[in-house]
Amino acid sequence: MIERTPLLNIMTHLILLSGLILMLFPMYLVFVAASLTLKEVSAIPPHILPGDQLWVNVEAAWVKAKFGEKFLNTFIVAFGVVVGKITLACITAFGIVFFNHRLRMPIFWCVFITLMLPLEVRIVPTYAVAANALQPFQVLMDVTGLTWLIGMVSGVEVALEWNLLNSYTGLIMPLVATATGTFLYRQFFLTIPDELVEASKMDGAGPVRFLCQILVPLSVTNIAALATIMFVYSWNQYLWPLLVVTDQSYGMVAVELGRLVPKITATGGEVAKWNIAMAGTLIVMIPPILVVIFMQRWFVRGLINTDK
Amino acid sequence: MRRAYFKNNWVSALMVAPQLLIIFIFFYWPTSQAMYWAFTLEQPWGGGNTWVGFDNFRDILSDSLYWYSIQVSVVYALGSTVLAVGMAIILAVFVDRQMRGFKAYKIGLIWPYAIAAPAVGLAFRFIFNPTAGIMLYVNHVFPGVWDPSTSGNDAMIMVIVAGAWKQVAYNFIFFLAGLQSIPRSLLEAGAIDGARALRRMRDIQLPLLAPTFFFVLVINITDSFTDSFGIVDTMTGGGPARATNLMVFKIFNDGFQGLDYSGAAAQSIILMFLVVALTFVQFRYIERKVHYT
Repeated sequence: MIERTPLLNIMTHLILLSGLILMLFPMYLVFVAASLTLKEVSAIPPHILPGDQLWVNVEAAWVKAKFGEKFLNTFIVAFGVVVGKITLACITAFGIVFFNHRLRMPIFWCVFITLMLPLEVRIVPTYAVAANALQPFQVLMDVTGLTWLIGMVSGVEVALEWNLLNSYTGLIMPLVATATGTFLYRQFFLTIPDELVEASKMDGAGPVRFLCQILVPLSVTNIAALATIMFVYSWNQYLWPLLVVTDQSYGMVAVELGRLVPKITATGGEVAKWNIAMAGTLIVMIPPILVVIFMQRWFVRGLINTDK
Repeated sequence: MRRAYFKNNWVSALMVAPQLLIIFIFFYWPTSQAMYWAFTLEQPWGGGNTWVGFDNFRDILSDSLYWYSIQVSVVYALGSTVLAVGMAIILAVFVDRQMRGFKAYKIGLIWPYAIAAPAVGLAFRFIFNPTAGIMLYVNHVFPGVWDPSTSGNDAMIMVIVAGAWKQVAYNFIFFLAGLQSIPRSLLEAGAIDGARALRRMRDIQLPLLAPTFFFVLVINITDSFTDSFGIVDTMTGGGPARATNLMVFKIFNDGFQGLDYSGAAAQSIILMFLVVALTFVQFRYIERKVHYT
């Protein structure tokens, strides 16, 4: 629209610039602190220009928090969540949308309800399940008398146990068990025209072939969007890994980052090395930020479709 | 409505089975388990559990610490939501004017979405730290004016600012998408009728943004109840004197530090009801979604 509004234009830029400053300035301060020595960080008046200690601090943080190992773990978990989520979401939505049976809608609602309660809300019992993932089946068998029956017939006491604490499976599985992606995929599959299905059936394609050769290639943008969202989501996980991981060789970056500075409630005499902590914050932030900026176009569309 | 289907329902069953299995183990089972624990009293890690009816709930609801936790949660929810939604909507409306450089503004406002809660928490704990950086200077000039490790109000402000800052990008994405789905023809019609830019914002764009606004509002409130753990844990640890002891943080503490599973489960159930109620409110209003064209 062509309109002459010089005053409003200046105002717009002023508002947007101040918004941008509000969003960027905290991170700039983090960057500055990450490039100073500990003494300079607590100097009066504060330093506003970056110093020359950035690499020293980054290296110190990298060594102190064993970030090499943690980055690898986090990449493995994020990769597992992304792949698991996309695969599950895709085939579940396929099974719901392209088949006509009575359980269609009940199954959809079963999956959809999981959107309502995030992991944080049911954290305590989920932890108990992670301690033994087969516990639900054990309890069901105990209650139905199946354990007793098997015990009578074969003389074997059934005790199912599968401990997921301190394992990648334990970190990945509960993060995969939500409906986010399924919903996105269902919305997309519903827009696939009937003619496409009929044409492939006429050409002799079965359901699996239709899924692999027609739907998957068509849903590349979906995959990109979902992959970005899930990568950021799993990279940034804090509460769940904090619980499930006690063996630090399975630790994830966000949790380790929290340990770089003593808790505010801690009573020990340890001095908070803010320059090193801020350097750690910087390196932990970088991968998801790169992914988001790089995938911006797809991810914005996906995010809006997922949550609506 | 779809007419063309595949016939082989066994394939369908195979396709949905893995998902159903996983959500049974990691969603339905824990949720029902929480119900069970909430109505029984159990020793941590096995032992007998006895049916106690609503006793756990009665204990919690008569506990002034729990009410205090609800109170600070509500303060946090309102504070961070108002800040984050307000800021995001203003920025989105002005970015949507699509003036020169709006793409740069857009990216500059979107990327904080990627930052983890603990990273935000740590960054803001440093920025608001009374012994280093800017606040050290402020304290130097006005002695004792700022100390979140002893003043509950300061700690709450710090947590709210960090929580809101983290949420702005997400809200901004939704508002901008909502604004961009408003047909330009409406704005042009308004312009022809003599409405200037600000008037068009007030009378066309903001009213048409109402459904998005409502959606974002509810998501923000829900998130502030459920997603605040990372920020609180890295910034204040619930203190000082429980001034930032938000509900999720209290559940975690009671369950895993205090090993009071039944109490934590009962609190989880209450929080679940709260979240579900909010979600229902959201669905009701989303059904009434305005169609622009």
